[in-house]
Amino acid sequence: MKTQLTVNRTRHEIEADPRVTLLDALRDHLGLTGSKKGCDHGQCGACTVIADGRRINACLSLLAQHDGSEIVTVEGLEGADGLSPLQRAFLDHDGMQCGYCTPGQLCSATAMLDEVRNGRASHVTEDLEAPVTLTRDEIMERMSGNLCRCACYSGIVAAIEEVAAE
Amino acid sequence: MMPFDYHRPDSAAAACERGHGAPNSAFIAGGTNLLDLMKLGVMTPETVIDVSRLGLDGIEEQGEGLSIGATVPNADLADDPRVRARWPLLSRALLSGASGQLRNMATTAGNLLQRTRCPYFQDTDTPCNKREPGSGCSALGGEMRNHAIFGTSEHCVALHPSDMAVAMRALDAEVEICDPDGKTRCLDLDQFYREPGDTPHIETRLDPGDLVTAVRLPAPRGDRQVYRKVRDRASYAFALVSVAAVLRMQDGKIESAALAFGGVGTKPWRDLEVDLLLQGERPSDALFDKAGETLTQGAETHEGTAFKVPLVKRVLKAVLTEATQ
Amino acid sequence: MTLEHQIDGPEDEGFARPDGNGPLGADLERRDGAAKVCGAARYAAEHHPDGMLHGVLVRAPGLGPVRLVNADEITAIPGVRRVFHDARMIRNAAQGGAGKAPVQGVKAAAYVGQPVALVVAEDFATACEAANRLRVEADGADLPVHPKAGEPDPDKTKDKTTGDFDTAFSEAAVTLDVTYTTPAMVSAAMEPHAAVAEWDGERLTLHGALQMLRDNKAELADCLGLAEDKVRVLSPFIGGGFGSKLGISADCVAAALAAMELGCPVRVVQSRRQVFEVNTRRTETSQRIRLAADRDGRLTAIGHSARVSNLPDESFSEPVLQGTAFTYAAPNRLLHSELVRIHRPAAGSVRAPGEAVGVTTFEAAMDELANEAGIDPVELRLRNLPEVEPGSGRPFSSHRLAECLTEGRDRFGWDGRSPEPRQRREGEWWIGTGMAAAVRVNMVSDAEARVTLTPDGRALVESDMTDIGTGSYTIFGQIAAEALGLSPDDIDVVLGDTDLPPGSGSGGSVGAASTGTAVWLACEEIRRAIAGRMECAPGNLTMAEGHATCGNDRRVLQDVLSGQPLKGHGKLAPGAAMKKVRQATWGAVFAEVAVSDVTGETRVRRMQGTFAAGRILNQRTARSQAQGGMAWGLGLALTEALVHDRRDGHAVNRDLAEYHVPVNADVPHLDVRLLDEPDDWAGPLGAKGIGELGICGSGSAILNAIHHACGVRIRDLPATPDRVLAGLA
Repeated sequence: MKTQLTVNRTRHEIEADPRVTLLDALRDHLGLTGSKKGCDHGQCGACTVIADGRRINACLSLLAQHDGSEIVTVEGLEGADGLSPLQRAFLDHDGMQCGYCTPGQLCSATAMLDEVRNGRASHVTEDLEAPVTLTRDEIMERMSGNLCRCACYSGIVAAIEEVAAE
Repeated sequence: MMPFDYHRPDSAAAACERGHGAPNSAFIAGGTNLLDLMKLGVMTPETVIDVSRLGLDGIEEQGEGLSIGATVPNADLADDPRVRARWPLLSRALLSGASGQLRNMATTAGNLLQRTRCPYFQDTDTPCNKREPGSGCSALGGEMRNHAIFGTSEHCVALHPSDMAVAMRALDAEVEICDPDGKTRCLDLDQFYREPGDTPHIETRLDPGDLVTAVRLPAPRGDRQVYRKVRDRASYAFALVSVAAVLRMQDGKIESAALAFGGVGTKPWRDLEVDLLLQGERPSDALFDKAGETLTQGAETHEGTAFKVPLVKRVLKAVLTEATQ
Repeated sequence: MTLEHQIDGPEDEGFARPDGNGPLGADLERRDGAAKVCGAARYAAEHHPDGMLHGVLVRAPGLGPVRLVNADEITAIPGVRRVFHDARMIRNAAQGGAGKAPVQGVKAAAYVGQPVALVVAEDFATACEAANRLRVEADGADLPVHPKAGEPDPDKTKDKTTGDFDTAFSEAAVTLDVTYTTPAMVSAAMEPHAAVAEWDGERLTLHGALQMLRDNKAELADCLGLAEDKVRVLSPFIGGGFGSKLGISADCVAAALAAMELGCPVRVVQSRRQVFEVNTRRTETSQRIRLAADRDGRLTAIGHSARVSNLPDESFSEPVLQGTAFTYAAPNRLLHSELVRIHRPAAGSVRAPGEAVGVTTFEAAMDELANEAGIDPVELRLRNLPEVEPGSGRPFSSHRLAECLTEGRDRFGWDGRSPEPRQRREGEWWIGTGMAAAVRVNMVSDAEARVTLTPDGRALVESDMTDIGTGSYTIFGQIAAEALGLSPDDIDVVLGDTDLPPGSGSGGSVGAASTGTAVWLACEEIRRAIAGRMECAPGNLTMAEGHATCGNDRRVLQDVLSGQPLKGHGKLAPGAAMKKVRQATWGAVFAEVAVSDVTGETRVRRMQGTFAAGRILNQRTARSQAQGGMAWGLGLALTEALVHDRRDGHAVNRDLAEYHVPVNADVPHLDVRLLDEPDDWAGPLGAKGIGELGICGSGSAILNAIHHACGVRIRDLPATPDRVLAGLA
């Protein structure tokens, strides 16, 4: 079946088996291998992409369900003047080792900061009706859907804190 | 995944009709549970009906309550200002589940209908009465931890893993169902879920083609709402035990109480005896201990699940203490 | 030409040594980092040659003889190319450093989950469907699957006795006799094992997710009956290893033989569940620790016995007692280890095999002893540090444990801590602190590297060495820059290709120091050639800022090279130093935890690690490695356990939802201090391994803090809420 979608500002039409997930479509059909397959079951976050402004696990989503969607992957995070602030901060704080979870961390963090701007609460938010302050605990909780087995969490949190403060 | 036909009907009625006509079909919205299980070969629908674009993603006020569309993403439901203000229990339960990404995908109805995390259910190489009726239960006599202590049978001890549904049980939610004849009916969550008995593969009162279209939330029966979840890591883990409480206090006494429990039941658990025991009483440690005793007197435990009895009692006591202060 | 060096002692052959002012050791950004943050780094599965087919491994559902019931039916599915049930497929991943094929065969399953077939199809969806539909039957077999049921292997039973343990233990003023258990664990690297194999009729090219390429090439060739020079393995980017990618894995062999049989490139990626069962896990252990001390806490006897397990025919036996052998002095010692043969998935190296579990339990027992003896835990350790290696009497190449303990103590703010547990409470939370020493043996491996100084004044470093997140790319650039007087930006580093000189591979924390030293030697050879051209002694040559200087003779490198590249080839071998001295890395870890009195949940609030691991080659990447190790210690202490079914031994919780790797919210800021101290016995760089040190003891800092917080002593790891609660109730 045919699916039309926009990925990193480029329109694509993909002819694929209905079983193809968004993640497999990105990696195998479009050659956008930045989005990683770590578990294929929504348990690690390595496949995180931003679909219509929301971070999702691309492995648990059918391509067919994204007909008309706008997807941003790690390959689309760079701005006109190079690396995004988060990408830059991940380098400065060594928020990576093997790098396999990194694209998912970056997409997740990018969308997470939008969630905070929109006032979305988290499990650790004390007052559900007060404005959200992005404390260290808030970052840790909100980024817990992205496993990092190298355990670069200290660097990842520092990088996000720095960008959030700007 | 096994091959399937993918359909995206444009109305709930068409979706029901399609589901009724295809014996082995499944509705898909968020996909977070269905695709997981399809990849494992646990679920093998031949027809997949996409209900994510039927306009069931709104949250409407309905009298003093809310009607929550079946495909409202968990993240949006948790974020709704009305829910945050009047049903904070629901926000809390949602926010304690899964991850930010999954909550953006998973939907109201999908959450209610998510399948058990029993590892033997998820493993097609082991017998499981829920997956293959009559094949036997591998959890019994095997490795048990995330299994139920309430509502079990000799055929199944699988746990209902939802946080959201636990909150909804304490909030007296009702499920709105559209059937293939176009009729709508409502079931409260107690009626909606079935205990396993000798048919653990039948988990709800839904018939083929029935589509959950909304969850109706009545006005909260109490302003003191607490959700507490215990898990093996600080985030992104299923509950070992969770307790949802909705209380109203009057003159230092508990005027009304609704408690529901996660991590312990074959369905989101509620024990009306516990609620009744608390009503009209002054809060005290002795009362809360008694509530815990009442709750757990019928618990069926095994080596790996025995810890849930003391754990749920302690968490219940802590939650009641917090809610009555 | 090749400059060979074997480390026999602290002397060397007049090699230049880093002066501490150059790029070596600096806090530099990862040179492969930009590719990683942009998604441009390509990992094994991301190679997609034209005409590539997709293979999916299929597991045995039970033990014993295995049959494929419906292979013909599966082959008939449109798009399916073949079902392989091939005797060359491997039972489990090769052990680290094997260099030859592991046990092969598909006719019987030695453990539930063993890969016994490969389904190859034209697209991934069809391959998955076919693998799901393929029915495999196992006859079942009555084989032991629990360590208590297994028989000890006489060849793997070891005893090491010094003095008279029994007498010393019976006469001691303070004694402790405790048994600890640790569960099976897995590496759970984020990148699943994956292979893309291409066969051109003569030579096999395999993109794999592998840590030790020179061994992996030999293993793959042996599995397939090919000459080694007919195999090329590439792994320029690896999504984590932690031991699980040391040996050739089932996906590689299956992809290779399918590519050879079908004449098309074939990709095989392990599913996450397969990653949990077809590679090597860390064995579960049962450890009895007996300690005896005088009134002052001086150890008079140490007894440590360990039981571990593995499949039949696996050589690996977790060296649990490795750290116990040299950490503390005690005249009477009884070390006993045994391995039982059981039919769970194969055991092998997982980050810091031996010390990760052996030091963790021993350091928890030391905390118990400190309590018994009424001595501060730091002080107890300081009192028992040996002058020389106990038992052997060998000197230490360097011994910095005391410094780590005292510096860590100060940095953490340990002083003033109440010795009694259950003293601090915040609401329902008990607050406590704990500490542990960290030790890890240091190893050296054969390694080669080539450096080419190009006429434009840049340099190229080449080796088959891997960077599994450890920082190899970055560090080698710094080493070459330091040696040749260039900026790291002037260096190109190419790794992960067996057509390049064989490096050490990444395993046992040897990579940076061993292959790094080979890079240094290669540069030394270039320096000698330049000195020769400038007619001066190599010792008088200075290379800095793109210039070579001998006395008053200062030349731009380009002039020295005069249009021709200059190559150096370094070759390092372990030597007599390994026997003459005990070489190790040292550390101390401190933790503060909060334990809920209601639920038994533990939250680590802060953690400090002070480590000495020779010369630090890059502050930033070394710190990340140390933090990673500490977080692994947290997982070991609190969350991680692979559960095996008691009936057939299969891994029950074989996914990332139920096997709990620590998430971001579990891990507080990890404060790391590195004591930079070149170890003269570690070759001209004086560098040692740091990748594993962080896990060797940090878990017990947490366990000890739990005890200090709430009085509950957890001896069966991990300290999940139910176990802590059992102690609280």
